[in-house]
Amino acid sequence: MLGKLTWAAIPFDQPIIMGTVAVIGVVGVAILGLVTVRGWWPYLWREWITSVDHKRIGVMYVLLALVMLVRGFADAIMMRSQLALAAGGAQGYLPPEHYDQIFSAHGTIMIFFVAMPFVIGLMNFVVPLQLGVRDVAFPVLNNVSFWLTAAGVLLINLSLFVGEFARTGWLAYPPLSEITYSPGVGVDYYLWSLQISGLGTLLSGINLTTTILKLRAPGMSYMRMPIFCWTALASNLLIVAAFPVMTATFAMLLLDRYCGFHFFTNDAGGNPMMYINLIWIWGHPEVYILILPAFGVFSEVVATFSGKPLFGYRSMVMATMAICVLSFLVWLHHFFTMGAGADVNAFFGIMTMIIAVPTGVKVFNWLFTLYGGRVQFTVPMHWALGFMVTFVIGGMTGVLMAIPPADFVLHNSLFLIAHFHNTAIGGVLFGAMAGYTYWFPKAFGFKLDERLGKASFWCWFIGFYLAFMPLYALGLMGATRRMQHYPDVHWQPLMLVALSGAVLILFGIGLTVAQLAVSIRTRKHRRDLTGDPWNGRTLEWSTSSPPPAWNFARVPLVRTTDAYWASKQHGYERLAEGPYVPVLVPRSNPTGVFLAFFAVVLGFALIWHIWWMAIAGLVGSLVVCLLHAWRTDTETVVSAEQIAAIPGASAAEESAL
Amino acid sequence: MNVMTQAASTSEAVPLSMRGPAPVQVVVGYGFWLFLLSDIIIFAALFATYAVLSGETNGGPPGAALFDRTHVFFETACLLVSSVTCGFATLAVQRRNMLVAFPWMIATLVLGAAFLCLEQSEFVHMLATGNGPSRSAFLSAFFTLVGAHGLHVTVGLVWLVIMMLQAATLGLRPMVRRRFFCFGLFWHALDIVWIGVFTIVYLGAR
Repeated sequence: MLGKLTWAAIPFDQPIIMGTVAVIGVVGVAILGLVTVRGWWPYLWREWITSVDHKRIGVMYVLLALVMLVRGFADAIMMRSQLALAAGGAQGYLPPEHYDQIFSAHGTIMIFFVAMPFVIGLMNFVVPLQLGVRDVAFPVLNNVSFWLTAAGVLLINLSLFVGEFARTGWLAYPPLSEITYSPGVGVDYYLWSLQISGLGTLLSGINLTTTILKLRAPGMSYMRMPIFCWTALASNLLIVAAFPVMTATFAMLLLDRYCGFHFFTNDAGGNPMMYINLIWIWGHPEVYILILPAFGVFSEVVATFSGKPLFGYRSMVMATMAICVLSFLVWLHHFFTMGAGADVNAFFGIMTMIIAVPTGVKVFNWLFTLYGGRVQFTVPMHWALGFMVTFVIGGMTGVLMAIPPADFVLHNSLFLIAHFHNTAIGGVLFGAMAGYTYWFPKAFGFKLDERLGKASFWCWFIGFYLAFMPLYALGLMGATRRMQHYPDVHWQPLMLVALSGAVLILFGIGLTVAQLAVSIRTRKHRRDLTGDPWNGRTLEWSTSSPPPAWNFARVPLVRTTDAYWASKQHGYERLAEGPYVPVLVPRSNPTGVFLAFFAVVLGFALIWHIWWMAIAGLVGSLVVCLLHAWRTDTETVVSAEQIAAIPGASAAEESAL
Repeated sequence: MNVMTQAASTSEAVPLSMRGPAPVQVVVGYGFWLFLLSDIIIFAALFATYAVLSGETNGGPPGAALFDRTHVFFETACLLVSSVTCGFATLAVQRRNMLVAFPWMIATLVLGAAFLCLEQSEFVHMLATGNGPSRSAFLSAFFTLVGAHGLHVTVGLVWLVIMMLQAATLGLRPMVRRRFFCFGLFWHALDIVWIGVFTIVYLGAR
């Protein structure tokens, strides 16, 4: 009846896990209770859960990412404290089978459920506003994408207390991840949660690519698009081109595990190295899917807070698109040790070094934008400057490892761990935080607290260096990744320094939460009524904060890059002419949340081999799709009077008068 | 929708990229094209896998000993002709001629179902002779690649039935016409994939 699911699946004997579950349970019940008691459900359902407004969906993505950041960080600090203890003969407090789940969950969560939703959330919120249009190409699909991502999040968190998570590392390499060596449900949790959320990501990529290529304000030719839109375009093209490979690869591993196929097995002609090639054909573009939008954020932030147009707009576009193409030609540098031979390794080593060139172009463009500018040291600018210093170090250690002989020494060492955290934290996370503080006033109409924001930045910045610079040294001393304890007590002092860095980052996260709480409480004093708190350059700042559901009272007409800045230079020249006209706005739609519900049912059933429930989940999803297909009232008309009547609907235009 | 009228009224001198948001049928078709490209990338991964594993027969029979080319010829004929009938159905739908559209849709349905039956008989025969996907890495790759195409055809047939129901209940309104256009793109894309399967798997069998 319930497949492999029994009471034994719940780890009652593990105090750490049960304690965590209890805390999550208490907090979850408290939040749900508060929402119920205050009667917020109808509002949440109508305005957020079923909303197809790209701004609301973007905010929900970012919120999801921030919550999962706490989960992923909890895993991180457990690993750091384990390694600070487990020197010499000591075994620390985490047994190997638990430690293996923690590092697998940490990597999986941080990439798929922190970095991805954060970056996709920012793109969702910003891109239509910057393009001067009313929404994304497919608003309902956008809501579906978000909820499928949330379904993946729910499944991966379920693994905490029903069953186990994978012990295979964040990419689940076979043959270890095959049924012979991982007979438990851990790898199945991994695979199904990523298949479901991966579908959401793919649909989101199609949606944003179509939006950027087909929906732009009149006059916005490609070379007038803000740089963030260009980087979003490159990132979403990569999603469309790379995520299907991940889906196909995971599908093959699932067939191996569920149906006895032989794609990646040791026997019957299977080839585990093929998995590693395929997964990195997705995995390396994935790195750029995350970092390119961060580059876009920095381009906007640096230009805005230097009061200058971005230096070398065209070269920035060229560099972005060059990285987009080159990112598909470097995957093999993740496993030079495969033994593909000198020629193949040399090709991929050289390609990897070449990709550093457009990245270098970008760094110089940001530096020259700063040069001669009137630089304002706001919170987003702190993140941007911290990024420039940190990312260059990460990039250089990357080029170092692109040399195959050096990689043979450094492969799977803590040096590699330090390198990719150097780019992932110093690049993606700093970029996400910069974007979060930069666009927060646009989303909510008030600014975040500057002092707490800067304190958070310094904790993250210094914490990062304390946590990861020792890992470079440890890697050179021979420490490998994914090790639960080590014999050499001389490594312990550096491990302790790394732990202190992680603790400092904990303060950074705490300060971010405090910044949000304090800013919400004092929002009355932080109101921005102009819609343009930073003296911005691009179209999102030309409408009110928060923008109405239709974004712009009148669709702007674009004559140049940095269209809003240009209009301000000409004494707030009107961006649009003519009277207000009625607008078609899509209605709220519950398809996404119902589909996600059945996706969770389906995923859970497949993980535990509960076949009747899997069929129920599949049929449920089909019924939801059919009900949506017969809906004909998906849009509603907002009249011209309503548009004109909304207070601040044309704040920027009024301030111009 | 002032944007669209604005876009339509702009003179031909304005470059396409500067004319503002595209009309909804263009956006839908374009988005669906992107989806099809991503789908074709799934097949690319499966083709690459097949290419790597096609020699790994694990002591079992190779492709040449398993495939019946006459059988596959009829399969291919069914699918290619169904693309033609689907094209006629699409034209009739765009002309909003329900009476012409329905027979062509039914013809597409029948040909697609015939393709699936032929494919299934091939699979059943292989399974019955002990040459299932667990026999060797080659057969794992074969069943996955060809089966993935078959699964797409199945989904396509279900979609076609839904489209017929939509046309019957909602009429050929713009929404239904856009969806049928997307269905047509999907159906033709499956033909392109099948030509790859036919060439690489069946004609290339050693």
